[in-house]
Amino acid sequence: MLILTCPYCGVRADETELSPGGEAHLKRFGPGSNDEAFEGYLFVRENPKGVHFERWRHSYGCGKWFHAARCTTTLEVFGTYEAQTSEPPKAIREAISAKRPGWSWRDLS
Amino acid sequence: MSNVARVFQNPAEGMITFRGDLASRTVKKAIRSVAGVAMPPAGEIRGEWGRGVGWMSPDEVMVLVPYADVGSATARLNATLSGTHVLVADVSDARVCFRVEGGQAAAVLARLCPVDFHPDSFGVGTLRRTRLAQVATAVWRHDTGFDVICFRSVADYVQGVLVNAEQSVLRGALGS
Repeated sequence: MLILTCPYCGVRADETELSPGGEAHLKRFGPGSNDEAFEGYLFVRENPKGVHFERWRHSYGCGKWFHAARCTTTLEVFGTYEAQTSEPPKAIREAISAKRPGWSWRDLS
Repeated sequence: MSNVARVFQNPAEGMITFRGDLASRTVKKAIRSVAGVAMPPAGEIRGEWGRGVGWMSPDEVMVLVPYADVGSATARLNATLSGTHVLVADVSDARVCFRVEGGQAAAVLARLCPVDFHPDSFGVGTLRRTRLAQVATAVWRHDTGFDVICFRSVADYVQGVLVNAEQSVLRGALGS
């Protein structure tokens, strides 16, 4: 069972109070982009064994979207952070580096 | 027979959903003038069923007023805050409120919600929106127990699961 702390209301929310929103930090490629970029935006996703960044929505609570950094093998949660960012904040990345030295995810590490 | 907890539906009172910038002084003042209590901090409620303000999300509060005053309260909020970007909606008839009272009220709710209801982490005045069995609710603790707000469309369901949970606390889940 996953327990994530909502960064907006501070509630330690159980997985059943949340809605999953898929992979975090996707960049949208819309009209004007080439087919390859558009396909990547629609379909190409990470499927890591280890550190992963996801979007979640506190749907039974405040209703806000937020981001979570967690490990897909151990379900360890490294931290949650607000949605108004296009990449994980430094504090989250340092928390991951402390526990999973040498981690990488897309072009982050 | 049962004195572990008591479940009943509260008399109808006014509920106004208010969305806007909760940190703004004009908003705080307007809410206070209608509800009679100050804006609560995150995750808390000030006042009580029938007169109070509950924190629902970073940009939303539930204003509780007597049922007869909903019209005038809504009008007053709209008038004081005209020109400010806010939403004021009368949801009194869209929701119902149940009360769970008694020594084991927390045990009843703990059967239904993924929440730690121990007084150390969920004291008097704490309000949390959560999942009760299969539906969305807002729960808060007051001096004599808990109040639970849910949509009126699922009121029968909520009444059923609450009574069932109360019976289960009394006799065990298998009803032995």
